[in-house]
Amino acid sequence: MFTIVFYAVAVAGLIASLIADRSKTRRALEKAWKAFLGILPEFVVVIVITGIILSFLDPQTISRLLGDESGWMGVLGAAVVGSVTLMPGFVAFPLAALILEQGAGLVQIAAFVSTLMMVGVITFPVERRVFGTRIALVRNSLAFVFALGVAGVLGVVLGSVW
Amino acid sequence: MKSVQPSAAPSPARRFVGPAIALVILTGVWLFAPDRAEDAVRTIGLSLRELVLVIPPVFVLLGLLDIWISRERLMRHLGAGTGIRGTTIAFVMGSVAAGPLYAAFPVATVLMKKGCSFFNVMVFIGAWSTTKIPMFLFEYSALGPTFALTRLAANVPAILLMSFILSRVVKADELAELVAE
Repeated sequence: MFTIVFYAVAVAGLIASLIADRSKTRRALEKAWKAFLGILPEFVVVIVITGIILSFLDPQTISRLLGDESGWMGVLGAAVVGSVTLMPGFVAFPLAALILEQGAGLVQIAAFVSTLMMVGVITFPVERRVFGTRIALVRNSLAFVFALGVAGVLGVVLGSVW
Repeated sequence: MKSVQPSAAPSPARRFVGPAIALVILTGVWLFAPDRAEDAVRTIGLSLRELVLVIPPVFVLLGLLDIWISRERLMRHLGAGTGIRGTTIAFVMGSVAAGPLYAAFPVATVLMKKGCSFFNVMVFIGAWSTTKIPMFLFEYSALGPTFALTRLAANVPAILLMSFILSRVVKADELAELVAE
């Protein structure tokens, strides 16, 4: 449903642009297409590798790794799993709820969800093209540490003991 | 560590190297674990569907931004020295977006070229990755209010602090190279 809103905004912008200046609109679309083609190979890599990794990480495997008893190693493991996977929110959160039900710990889930969003090992080729290798590396490392921090905060707030 | 070789587009032939390697790996998986490969192909299909469905508006808006918003104008709102207001704009821009994080990177390129401060670019990326509104709604309904709200409350300062550190870490010549091309 949110996608529809986003489409509406893009279409509205496009129409406004067309009314204001047709040739500029044409150039905007050419830029959009060029930017898309430019990054497409990296997108394809991201998508194929994600598919392969997820085929080895089914919910049972993940919840075994992230069990409530798994302790801080489990939190670290969860952070690593979250870093190397990539999935849209509408897949990730129901999955998180499912593995929580199957016995994964809350702090582990928090570490998993946070790194899933902030750390992108698979998307690294895309990020590298934009920020350069060094900054992309620093950003992802920082994000990893901060995701663990956020998980820690959650552990304290939710009073979960690991 | 090698020097920065960022936005320079790879030559036409090199563009296919990455996807080719990915496909070789997929074929390898298929040879040794056919059912895993089948799973993978199913996921790849879903992701491609997402790519086709969700990505077009991102790039259309990127194109419109590139053409219609002048460098001066963008700098006035998001450039260095725009303070809390600029950072708020970057935060909101990232949060109202839709689409996977990797779609945010091309937008970041345009923002950098137009003179958005590096701090604000990082805030934008951070917001896109973690405080996106649709994501938050999914999280809220799947994992409950305490979980979602605590994470949000922890993430906002985390994003700001991370962006601050990154804006300190980035070097001037590195930035110049990123914006070049």
